[in-house]
Amino acid sequence: MVIEKPMAIADLQLQVQTSQDKVIISPIGDWLILDLPKVEKQLQALLKDTKTKEVVFELSGLGKIDMASAFVLSQLISYSPNPNSDEHFSGNHPYVRQLMQAALENSNVCLIPPPRPHFVDVLIRIGHAMEDMWADLVGTFAFAGRLFQTMFRSLLHPKRLRWPSIFSIAEEAGVNALPIVALLSFFMGAVMAFLSANLLSSFGASLFTVDLVGLAVLREFAVIITAIILAGRSNSAFTAEIGSMRMQQEIDAMKVLGIDPFEALVLPRVIACVLMIPLLVFAAMIAGLVGGALVAWLELGISPSLFISRLHAEVDIQHFWVGMSKAPVFALIIALIGCRQGLLVEGNVESLGRRTTLSVVQALFAIILVNAIFAMIYMELNI
Amino acid sequence: MSQETIIEIRSLRNSFGSHVVHENLDLDVYTGEVLGVVGGSGTGKSVLMNTILNLRHAQNGSIQVFGTEITTAGQQTISKLSRHWGVLFQHGALFSSLNVRENVKAPMREHTDLSDSMMNELADLRISLAGLDPDAGAKYPSELSGGMVKRAALARALSLDPQLLFLDEPTSGLDPISAAAFDELILELKETLGLTVFMITHDLDSLHTICDRVAVLADRKIEIVAPIDQLLHCSHPWVQEYFHGPRGRAALGTGEV
Repeated sequence: MVIEKPMAIADLQLQVQTSQDKVIISPIGDWLILDLPKVEKQLQALLKDTKTKEVVFELSGLGKIDMASAFVLSQLISYSPNPNSDEHFSGNHPYVRQLMQAALENSNVCLIPPPRPHFVDVLIRIGHAMEDMWADLVGTFAFAGRLFQTMFRSLLHPKRLRWPSIFSIAEEAGVNALPIVALLSFFMGAVMAFLSANLLSSFGASLFTVDLVGLAVLREFAVIITAIILAGRSNSAFTAEIGSMRMQQEIDAMKVLGIDPFEALVLPRVIACVLMIPLLVFAAMIAGLVGGALVAWLELGISPSLFISRLHAEVDIQHFWVGMSKAPVFALIIALIGCRQGLLVEGNVESLGRRTTLSVVQALFAIILVNAIFAMIYMELNI
Repeated sequence: MSQETIIEIRSLRNSFGSHVVHENLDLDVYTGEVLGVVGGSGTGKSVLMNTILNLRHAQNGSIQVFGTEITTAGQQTISKLSRHWGVLFQHGALFSSLNVRENVKAPMREHTDLSDSMMNELADLRISLAGLDPDAGAKYPSELSGGMVKRAALARALSLDPQLLFLDEPTSGLDPISAAAFDELILELKETLGLTVFMITHDLDSLHTICDRVAVLADRKIEIVAPIDQLLHCSHPWVQEYFHGPRGRAALGTGEV
């Protein structure tokens, strides 16, 4: 095979003759960048010598040479007041002197700022993070304000709402999420039933499994599971969609054409989420109860009909409403944060990745936090 | 004059589904020449380049680069070959997570055992040769203008002193002064380093000033390959229109409008 050396190449060598005030350097063979590591150490050692002595290149043994090698050689005469003069060269080579001259003319060192000390860097990053967090909080509320403003305007002119877009997002974010939401909620209900069955049967109170599963699924699990899945699924999709539209300047094109990106992109997503997530939560509740009922039947011998009648008798309908009441709020959080981060994407790929991550993290954080606030409010209200 | 071929393409066929892009395409690129490739939009200029670079697999035909068959080559062979070619993509394709100097160092890091300080020096040399200021080295691709991206991408393409350089529309999106400087730079590199250049372009000025020969892609194959002054007398209708349209005449300075 001819790949290794596409054209016949003579091995490179570096011969040096040092006298008191003179160094004669004879590069021999073909000097190509892939072979340069062989003589790198030798050259570095030479560099000390050549600062004080006169350097002469003996070129008659030199074959092919490329830019990188010419540059490396040219560094040996970079201390000379007149590196291009004939005194530095003996023997002839068709083009090496041209290359060395070009290399010397272009040996600027790029200015790369040195890295900061580690400790200072950590402090600076903590400071920036705090600042960013505050700015994000303010920004999110401002974004919500802008959204409500747009929403009221659109409600006055319902024809302006983009129904096709709302329905297609509702299908993607809502209907297509149904299987995964139902399945995971089913398993959560089943696990809850297992846990309480183990615990309660030791008190001989295994029938209370029904109360516990009903309460947990209706009040907390169904809505939290749904919100978390959608934060991972739809929220990140919103950020990525809107973010890549920003990268392609589609958002700018909309603005130039007089289309409000809030009306065209954000509002349909928010409306679709607020409509679909309560339905998903309802499905998740049913699936969770079915999971709990199945385990109660198989593990504790509580028949489904007993499960249902016990559920009716012991678990108040208000728990269902508590769960459902959180659904639209979480929907708003998911759509809002997803769209906001998408619109904040800048022109590069890294920023898209960073914003998508940030979007999911913020949405999850907000969901858990808001859920805790709900719990406190409902506790005070004794619901 | 006997000429060595560096790329040899025989009866190449490329298609996307039922849409045939290339059929029976033959092309020779000689060592040391600058070959311009022209063709209307959608005639598969970039597809041809990608096929030569093994980014796309041809349905049929053979491609030899440096005497090695590309179409059946394995990963290792391609990796070895890639040390000897440099590619400038149309939009630069700089790595967005690396700054300019690190971008230029990337090929050296992969293929040589040079020390880090030596690689830095060599990278700075390429950056300067490509016509960028020293403070460009620390910048990230997102902070560069279109012309600077092209220059940085050229610096990366030249990082390993390749013998064969692929350029995909190197002057598109550049202002006429930068475009002329770019042409000048490529010509200089070709003359000093004996580079072979495979250049896709629409720029009639570059075709005229730096290309030794021009290959015309039309009707799914290379219609003609000839020096530009011979192409002017070619009877193919597309070639006629291309070089004798108002823009063609202006670039070639052949007068009458």
